[in-house]
Amino acid sequence: METLIQQILNGLVIGSVYALIALGYTMVYGILGLINFAHGDVLMVGALTALQTMLFLMGFAPGMSPVVMLTIALAVAIPVCMMIGFTMERLAYRRLRNAPRLAPLITAIGMSFLLQTVAMIIWGRNYHTFPQLISTTPMQPIEGVFVTPVQLTIIGVSALIMIGLMLLVNKTRIGRAMRATAENHRVASLMGVDTNAVIAFTFVIGAALAAVAGVMFASNYGIAHYGMGFMPGLKAFTAAVLGGIGNLGGAMLGGITLGLVESLGAGYIEHLTFGFLNSSYQDIFAFIILGLVLIFKPTGLLGERVSDRA
Amino acid sequence: MHTNPVSPLLQLQGLQIAYGGIQAVKGIDLELFKGELVCLIGANGAGKTTTLNAIAGVLPLAGGEIRYNGDRINAVPAHKRLRQGIALVPEGRGIFTRLTVEENLRMGAYTRTDKDGIEADLEKVYTMLPRVKERLPQVAGTLSGGEQQMVAIGRALLSRPRLLLLDEPSMGLAPLVVEKIFEVVQSVAKEGVTILLVEQNANLALEFAQRGYVMESGKVTLTGSGESLLADPKVRAAYLGEAA
Repeated sequence: METLIQQILNGLVIGSVYALIALGYTMVYGILGLINFAHGDVLMVGALTALQTMLFLMGFAPGMSPVVMLTIALAVAIPVCMMIGFTMERLAYRRLRNAPRLAPLITAIGMSFLLQTVAMIIWGRNYHTFPQLISTTPMQPIEGVFVTPVQLTIIGVSALIMIGLMLLVNKTRIGRAMRATAENHRVASLMGVDTNAVIAFTFVIGAALAAVAGVMFASNYGIAHYGMGFMPGLKAFTAAVLGGIGNLGGAMLGGITLGLVESLGAGYIEHLTFGFLNSSYQDIFAFIILGLVLIFKPTGLLGERVSDRA
Repeated sequence: MHTNPVSPLLQLQGLQIAYGGIQAVKGIDLELFKGELVCLIGANGAGKTTTLNAIAGVLPLAGGEIRYNGDRINAVPAHKRLRQGIALVPEGRGIFTRLTVEENLRMGAYTRTDKDGIEADLEKVYTMLPRVKERLPQVAGTLSGGEQQMVAIGRALLSRPRLLLLDEPSMGLAPLVVEKIFEVVQSVAKEGVTILLVEQNANLALEFAQRGYVMESGKVTLTGSGESLLADPKVRAAYLGEAA
């Protein structure tokens, strides 16, 4: 019983991070029909930029309170990632708006390599210790179940961000323009919407979410590395497909579901395979799910359309 | 010069448009004066929709020029033309099917910031289109074709256009619904909005319009008042289904 509750809790934590990343994938897909495979690497840049900022602050003002330091680190990492998102769209994807589908997809993979390589040049190949500014001392709310303040912070902050994003998309003028553009660029422009600006805005918001997710991810595991974006990027993509790509609610549902499945899977994989596999094989669950969804329900849990725009 | 009452609101000069490698519009001239209701008729593929799209700015020109209110607007993008008062109700209505009816209407007022004016114009649209008001919270994709057409027209009106471009508002609709829609078009025209109407239903269009242009494979082949075109034997033979 403790294992079950513990794994559900762990699943919610990692699932919240997946959901934040998946939202970026799904928003860009919804508006452009593009899978931005460099999205995971934006997360990595966010984490490493935050790390750099923290190291600087620690040398500059050693007595600074951890919360202030983390806030400043985010305040640097988020705009940096927003700028990367904006630049990627402006310089690469916009030129390929009317190109055959494969061209922007390959470009996105190229962008991913580019970001990783530049990060490797700046930060080296080594794993860096990521300062865990929010306490990781476990608390025991229930006998045998452990939860750390950083985990609770991740769940809380993710929930707030997701509520904010839903309000932005569903209740504001720019959100209405985003949904209109996602449905039909040409008609949106006939309504006076500057669709290029709306698309750029979508990339920027997605990148900001990735920056936050990157800081969360690194804070949770305590490490950062130039290649750290690859796996969560791929998992979040899976989550977006699972929820129904293009659908915001789907990305959240997919992210949380994937986190839970992965975490429960890791908790029970030894029993399931009679000790043959241990929890370090937890990554297989995400990709089993991706395979199953693509075979049996390619539109995902909440998706209604997948092939209406080429 | 902008205030000269006899200068046209819209002027197309030698307009050429290439579309998918084909020269769809091969140099047409057209003039529209303030307050006029003018129709553009012709067979399928004559270039009518292409012309409207180019005026609205969603298709690039291959040659010629578009003057609006005296200014050359060839290079002005679509979203800025709307701000200048050119609104297009596109072929097939172009409703945002996943947005609600109210959100669709509000998209029409996207560029406006006068909150009170928008609310007042919404009320005006509701009075003009009572069926639409009943369906405000509904997702627009669930509406019938006629209701969608009403929403599309109402949406365009919410931008307070000076020039309204209507592309086949009767397409695929039952005669009773078409009649309703033409009543709305006429009441919009009475309020002083200049209208360029593209129609395959030439009979109906010519009846309502003061003037008409007939297009044939990318060229304007005839022009005149609505009545004279209605009486023209060539028009009757080609578009009104009568033997010559």
